[in-house]
Amino acid sequence: MEGLKVSNANLVVYLHPSKITRVRESVLRELSALLFKYNERFDGVVLAHEVISQSKSAKILPGVHPYFGVRLQAKLLLFSPKPQTLVEGKVVKLGKESIHVIVLGFSAAAITEEDIRKEFRYSSKHGEDVFASSSHKRHVIKVGSMIRLSVKRFDEEALHISGSLLPANTGCIKWLEKHNDDDSQLERIAKKRRHETDKHEPEHTDEGAHQNTPSLPKKSKRLRTD
Amino acid sequence: MGVEVANTNTTFTEMENLDFSDSEIVSFVRHSLQSALEGDSNHYNQLIGIMNSSYRLAPDEVALLSTGLKALSKAVFYIDITHHGKLLSAIFGMSLWSYGPDVMDALVELIIALAASGGDLVESCLQMLVSNFIPPKALLHNLSQPWCIKKKQQVLERVHSALMNIAKLVPVSPLMLEHIIPRRMPHLWSEEVLIITYVENMLKLWSNDLGRLVGSTMIVAVVDRLVDLDVEIGWDKILQDDSNKGIFEMELEVAPEDSKDVSFEVGKAASGSYSLAENVVAEQLDSLMVLMCEHLKSCADAGRLSEVFVTLLDSFKITVLKAYKSKFAQFVVFYACSLDPEHCGLKFANMLEKIFMDETDPLTRMSAVSYLASYLSRGRFISSSFVAGKLKRLVDWCLEYCHSRDGKEAIVNPEVHRVFYSGCQAVMYLLCFQMRLMVEDSHLKSLLHSMPLERILRHPLDPLKVCLPSIVSEFLQQAKAAHLCTVSDKFIFNNLLESDLSKAYGGIERLDMFFPFDPCLLKNCDRFIRPNFVRWSMDKTIYDDDKDGLSDDEIDMDFVDGKGEHALDDDMGRSFDDRELDLVDECAYSLNNMSFTPKSSNFLSPMQMPALLRPSTSPPGSL
Repeated sequence: MEGLKVSNANLVVYLHPSKITRVRESVLRELSALLFKYNERFDGVVLAHEVISQSKSAKILPGVHPYFGVRLQAKLLLFSPKPQTLVEGKVVKLGKESIHVIVLGFSAAAITEEDIRKEFRYSSKHGEDVFASSSHKRHVIKVGSMIRLSVKRFDEEALHISGSLLPANTGCIKWLEKHNDDDSQLERIAKKRRHETDKHEPEHTDEGAHQNTPSLPKKSKRLRTD
Repeated sequence: MGVEVANTNTTFTEMENLDFSDSEIVSFVRHSLQSALEGDSNHYNQLIGIMNSSYRLAPDEVALLSTGLKALSKAVFYIDITHHGKLLSAIFGMSLWSYGPDVMDALVELIIALAASGGDLVESCLQMLVSNFIPPKALLHNLSQPWCIKKKQQVLERVHSALMNIAKLVPVSPLMLEHIIPRRMPHLWSEEVLIITYVENMLKLWSNDLGRLVGSTMIVAVVDRLVDLDVEIGWDKILQDDSNKGIFEMELEVAPEDSKDVSFEVGKAASGSYSLAENVVAEQLDSLMVLMCEHLKSCADAGRLSEVFVTLLDSFKITVLKAYKSKFAQFVVFYACSLDPEHCGLKFANMLEKIFMDETDPLTRMSAVSYLASYLSRGRFISSSFVAGKLKRLVDWCLEYCHSRDGKEAIVNPEVHRVFYSGCQAVMYLLCFQMRLMVEDSHLKSLLHSMPLERILRHPLDPLKVCLPSIVSEFLQQAKAAHLCTVSDKFIFNNLLESDLSKAYGGIERLDMFFPFDPCLLKNCDRFIRPNFVRWSMDKTIYDDDKDGLSDDEIDMDFVDGKGEHALDDDMGRSFDDRELDLVDECAYSLNNMSFTPKSSNFLSPMQMPALLRPSTSPPGSL
C-alpha cells in the first residue's frame, strides 16, 4: 500500500476564550475537525493525529473575542495518493462496466472497463459476477476481494479515486502476493544454487547467511502445496 | 430488455419497428453521449427528450424510459458533468413519485451508478434522493388516500434503500447527507404535512443502518426544529385576553365536561382563553413531538435508547436548555427518561445537577436547576430515594454558598445571588411535591430532618423573602406540618404570585417563574407524557393530614373549580412502587388540580400550589 505517510507538523490552534479551562480537549477537537478531509497544506487527507508536544503559553489575539493561539507539534497520518500510486482496497460492487472498490474504508474508487487490462474477462456464473484472468485461471476478482489498483486520478474534494488495473502489478492481492512469493522463492533458490556452485564450498561456511535463508525443504513443500 | 419503439413517437422515427438488444441500447447511449462531446447532439437530445417525459406515459413510453434509464446506468462513465449538464439536470429533476415501480427501479439504479461513478455527482444524487422525501404538491393533500399511501411506501422504500447502497459504495456520502438533510428541511412555515413527511423520513433514516452514521445529526435537526416551533409559540400567544390570569385559571373557568379531552378543546370552548387551539405552529409542534415520542419508543423497544439518548442529551444541552423558557420541546427528553428511568432518567438528572454545580453562566445554571427541580417533582418514574439524594446535594450546595457569604451581606441583592436563590427555590419547589412522600418513609424522614434547611432559609441572604411567594407559602405550610422548620408570621404574601425581589433575581428572563415540566398543553403529545407525569394534588400534601374536623368532601372543596368539580388526580404522595403499579385512569384528567391562583388571603389556610406557574406576561423590556 502506497500513498500513506506520517508528517510532523508545527501547528498553532486558535481556541475560543471559553475553552481556556479545557485546552487539551479543545485542541484535540480542532485537530479532529481535520480528519477525513483533504488539506492542501498537508497535501493529503488527514487520517489520524497525535499531539507530541504542546506549548504551555498561548498568544492572545486582540479582538472582540480574544482567541488564544496554542503552539503544538503533532504527528499526522496522511493519505496522499498521486497518479501511478498503488493503493489497496476491497471490491464492493462489480459489473461488466466497472469495479467499485473502497480504499482504507473511506475512499471510493471506481475502475472502468477501459482501465481493466484485457487479460481480465468478465463472466457471471451462478449469479456471481467475476473478472477472471485468462492467463492465470486462479487470478480472480470478485465482490469481497482485496485488490491492488493504480491511481489514475484522485478527487480531493470527494475523496474519490479513478483507478486502473492496467499495470501488471495490479489485481487481486492474494494472488499477486502468492505469485510474487513464488517468483522470489524460485529466484532465491536459483541464486543460492548458483552461489554454491561458484564457491564449491560446504554449506556451513556462512552460518549467519544460512540462518537467514529459509530452509529448502520447507520452501519446496510450499511450492508443492501451491 | 429489448423494446420496440412506439410508432406514435415522432422523435424516434429512426428507431421505429426495430428491436434492440441490451448491449445495443447501451452502445447507442454511449455513442450518443460521445457524439455530443464531438458536436453531434442529435441522439443526445433524443435521450434528454426521453428523460423529460414524465406525465401520463403510455405503456410503451414507460418501457422506453425504463430502458433508457437502465442503459444510461451502464454508461455513467461516459457522462461528462460539464458537457452533459442538460441530461444530468433532466435526470436529477425526475421525481420518483411520478412513475410506476419499473421506472422507479431503473431511476434509482441510475442514481446509484451515477453516485458511484465519480466524486462530482455524489452530492447531486443525494440531493435528488432527499428531494423525494416529500411528494410533489399535486399529491400533498392525497397522502391519506390508500393509493397514495402505497405510492409513498414504494417511493420511500427505494429512496432509503438507494441511500444505503450509495453509503456502501461511497463511504463519505453520509457526511454529505448530514449537511444536505437539515439544509433541505422544509421551512418553518411550510405546510404541516410537508414537515411531518420530511421528519418521518429523517427518523426512518435514523432507524436504519445509516442511523449509526447520521443519526446524531437527525436528532439534533429534529430537536432544533422542535425548539424553533416552540419559540414561535410565545407565552403571549398562550395568554390572550386577560393578562392578569394564569392559563390554568382560565381553564378553571371553563370546567371541562369531558375530562378526557382537554387542552386544545378547552381553549376553543372558552372565549378569551388561550389560543393554542387554533395555533397552527402548536399543532405542527404537537405532531412532531408525537413522531419523536413514537420513534423513541421504537428505539427503546429495539434496545438502543441509551445510545440515542446520549445525542438527545447533547442536543438538549445545546438548544433546549439555552432556549428562552422552552415550553414543550423538553418533554421529548422527559418521555425518553420515562422509557428508561434506570439509565436515561438518572443520566438526565445528573447532567442537570452537573450544569448547575459546575457551569459558569448564571442563566444556564438557573435554567438547569429549574429543569432539575421540575423533572424530579414531576417524574413518576423517579424513586424517592434518588430524589432525596439530589435534594441533599442541592441543600448542601446552598449551605456552602451561605457559608461563603457569611458576614458579607448587609443588604440583600437578589440579582447578585440569583443562582443561589434559584437553588433555594428549586429545593422548596421539590419539597412541595415530595415532602409527604419523604416523611412517610422513616429513612428519608430522618434524612430530611438532618438537612440544614433552616440555616439556609434563615441566612441573611433571606431566600424566603426573595423566592416566589407562592412557592414559599406552600413550602412553609408543608414544612410547618412536617415540623421541619418553624414558620414566622411575617411571611404573609397576600396572594402575591411574584414579588419585586423574585422578579429581580429572575432577571429579564424571569427564570424565577420557569418550571419546565409543568403539564404539557399539547393534546396529542400529552398521551405519551401523562402516564409518567405527577400532577399537583392538594390532598397529598403533608398538611392535608392535619385538616382535622374537615370531611373529605370539604377537603376536596379546597381544590375544586368554580363549578365544584372534584379534582381527580392524586399522583403526589405515592411511593415510587405505588406509582408504578397504579396506572391511573388517564381519562381522568382534571385541570382543576392545576390551578395555582391563591384563593385565600391567608397563606396559612390551604392554598393551591402552582402546578404550572403563570408565565410572566410582561414583555421583558418592561421589567
